[in-house]
Amino acid sequence: MAIKADPKAAHVAQEFVHDAPLITCRFDPMGRFVFATAEDRAILRWDLATSQKTVFTAHDSWVGALAFTPDGTTLVSGGYDDTLIWWSATAEKPAPLRKVKAHAGWIRALAVSKDGKYLASAGNDRVVKLWNLADGAPVREFPGHDRDVYSLLFHPSGQFLLSGDLKGQVHQWEIATGKLARKFEGKDLHSYNGGQGVDFGGVRSLALTPDGKQLLAAGLHKATNPLGAIHEPIALRFEWDTAKLVKTHISEDVKQGVLWRTMTHPDGPLIGCSGGGNGGFLLFWTADAEKPFHKFSLGNTAREMDLHPDGVQIATAHYDKKLRLTKLSPKPAAPAAVPAKKA
Amino acid sequence: MNCNYACGSSEHDIHRRQFLGTLAAGTGAVVGGLGLFAQPAFAEQMAKQQKRMLVINMHGGLSQLESWDPKPGTTTGGPFRAIPTSVPGVHISELLPHTAKQMHHLALVRGLNTKNDDHGKGTYMMLTGRRQMPGQDYPQIGAVVSRALDSNARSLPGHILITPGGGGGRSADSAYLGPKYASIVLGNGNPPQNTTLPANLTAAAAAQQEELRRLANDRFLSRRRTAQTDAYTQSYEAAQELMRQREAFDLTKESPKDHERYGTHDFGRHCLMARRLLEKGVTFVQISHSNYDTHNENFNFHFEQLGEFDRPFATLMQDLYDRGMLESTLVVVLSEFGRTPNINQYYGRDHWGRAWSVCLGGGGIARGAVIGKTNDKGTEVTEREADAGHLFHTYLKALGLNSKGHFDLGGRQVLMADPAFAPIKELLA
Repeated sequence: MAIKADPKAAHVAQEFVHDAPLITCRFDPMGRFVFATAEDRAILRWDLATSQKTVFTAHDSWVGALAFTPDGTTLVSGGYDDTLIWWSATAEKPAPLRKVKAHAGWIRALAVSKDGKYLASAGNDRVVKLWNLADGAPVREFPGHDRDVYSLLFHPSGQFLLSGDLKGQVHQWEIATGKLARKFEGKDLHSYNGGQGVDFGGVRSLALTPDGKQLLAAGLHKATNPLGAIHEPIALRFEWDTAKLVKTHISEDVKQGVLWRTMTHPDGPLIGCSGGGNGGFLLFWTADAEKPFHKFSLGNTAREMDLHPDGVQIATAHYDKKLRLTKLSPKPAAPAAVPAKKA
Repeated sequence: MNCNYACGSSEHDIHRRQFLGTLAAGTGAVVGGLGLFAQPAFAEQMAKQQKRMLVINMHGGLSQLESWDPKPGTTTGGPFRAIPTSVPGVHISELLPHTAKQMHHLALVRGLNTKNDDHGKGTYMMLTGRRQMPGQDYPQIGAVVSRALDSNARSLPGHILITPGGGGGRSADSAYLGPKYASIVLGNGNPPQNTTLPANLTAAAAAQQEELRRLANDRFLSRRRTAQTDAYTQSYEAAQELMRQREAFDLTKESPKDHERYGTHDFGRHCLMARRLLEKGVTFVQISHSNYDTHNENFNFHFEQLGEFDRPFATLMQDLYDRGMLESTLVVVLSEFGRTPNINQYYGRDHWGRAWSVCLGGGGIARGAVIGKTNDKGTEVTEREADAGHLFHTYLKALGLNSKGHFDLGGRQVLMADPAFAPIKELLA
């Protein structure tokens, strides 16, 4: 029987440990494994049933993004070495199946279409690219962002690809034609600090509500000191039909926070993973509320998040080299102590 | 400081009517200051022979691991890779692809250990070659170079700072060398302030006013010449010369092609302005790029900042070479410290003065040299450790000066550089 998620019962149920700080994490679509990447260029896989750890490397830099075929058998990694690598996600010792020199700069985001036909990639060269997921053949390019692209999302209709950039702009592309259909203006997600001479922020994550009627774009705001990590997490909620901003979700008590990832839970709440100087948090909002109804402390700065297909487990990647599995369900009761036998 | 010259008296009160009554006689003499203006041919000859210095100050603490001393594939190296340069065997960060092609004009010092993590103290020591001491102020490199190399025949200021913002004016960075060698600040690269005549004053009327001023000055100075009056005279005449040479600061006189090559963002424009001023004979120019204090998201910000720095800097180096100026122009890219090998929880790097780098090039420098080494993770200097004091001596030596020499300040011998250090001989051509 499926467990219903209860955010207020969140607890860290398990920790997996590596030798280097972690960067990103994803469950495979079948929910059998959790994958992570680390600052030693490694990709890590933990079997959730056995906790067995497998480490594999092939990139010439850190790996910023992971994506899967819908059946979970193939993993694609996108690196800061401009390269896409295809792997068998389930092999005992995964080895590269294919390498594609895909971009002229970091690959920051990957996405796979719902039908498993396409892979999208994007990053520092500002060009969104579409690939045939099965064989890595290039399909189309979508130039037009004027700064680094941070996030990607396929619309479940299969018609559109969404990409978010450093300036807070979300571009909606027609997959069939390559045309830019429209933009969502997320200017609250970007700021320019004249004293420090830096652009900061960006659309760190994109998500759609299960009914497809609303788009979420997440990142940070109130960046009074970008170089000193003074900023707060924020998610913008847009109406899909009109591209109008209908709600802003914040958490004012998470100083030095940024929403690295946001996802809409099938049961409704918006979940955000924030990392920062005060540590890492899972934040939970209802669709109509500005402030979260629950904030769960993860104990260490979090850098990425994913939701298990069961809707109850959340994986977070941390600076302290740990991947934490948080369960949105009550802790199981401790087994009763067996009284010692009298001699 | 009261310094009484010819009269030897401390009389300072002047009866205005008595003074004005004697004006009609006048003297017609020019006393002190920058009263001489070079002939064009002489100026051209001076321009070809003169030594110049350009400093690019990367404010905030440029990461040596994301620039001059990358350590890819290590626990401290971060995600950026190293790329080959035009000097075989020398690699720098992939964030500097254009600069990498200019490496044969440049040299690296990778063994800097200034033992300081403070912005203010670091800036002070890198620009003066000295540790900051209470009650003692030392002149910055621009003032020292201007004092040592300028001649009275030169008509433009010898010490100019181009800052990212600010309103301009004059700094107090010459210490005991006096205000004549203090920098003139071009805020955001704009021309010096107040260098155009007021709208209601014609050139003829201004000339008449100037003649009256000179007569009054000469009369006064013939009896009461002091260090203060000299400073005033010099400042005033320097300001007048700035007005006459305002076009030197007019960047619109450079070609649209050059504007495009350098980029229209601030740093690009400032590099183009630096080229212009150096070409016109300014002895010392300093430009800034800001900000590198990347405690947070170090890699994103260095990608952004060095992406802005790389092409205009490389363009400037190539232009100095193409125009025959590189042999006589010392170029230094410095910061107040480097950044920690350790990557913090925000993907940032913090202050680090223990093992970091600077880049030099141009006149007097051994091209393609790499002096000093750090260990595989960049946590310690393993070879040829150097201090800011060594660099200061090296700058002076590269400019053809005796870095162990001294200035004569009113009979007092003042060393040009900290005697505890010496030039880095391997760095000199």
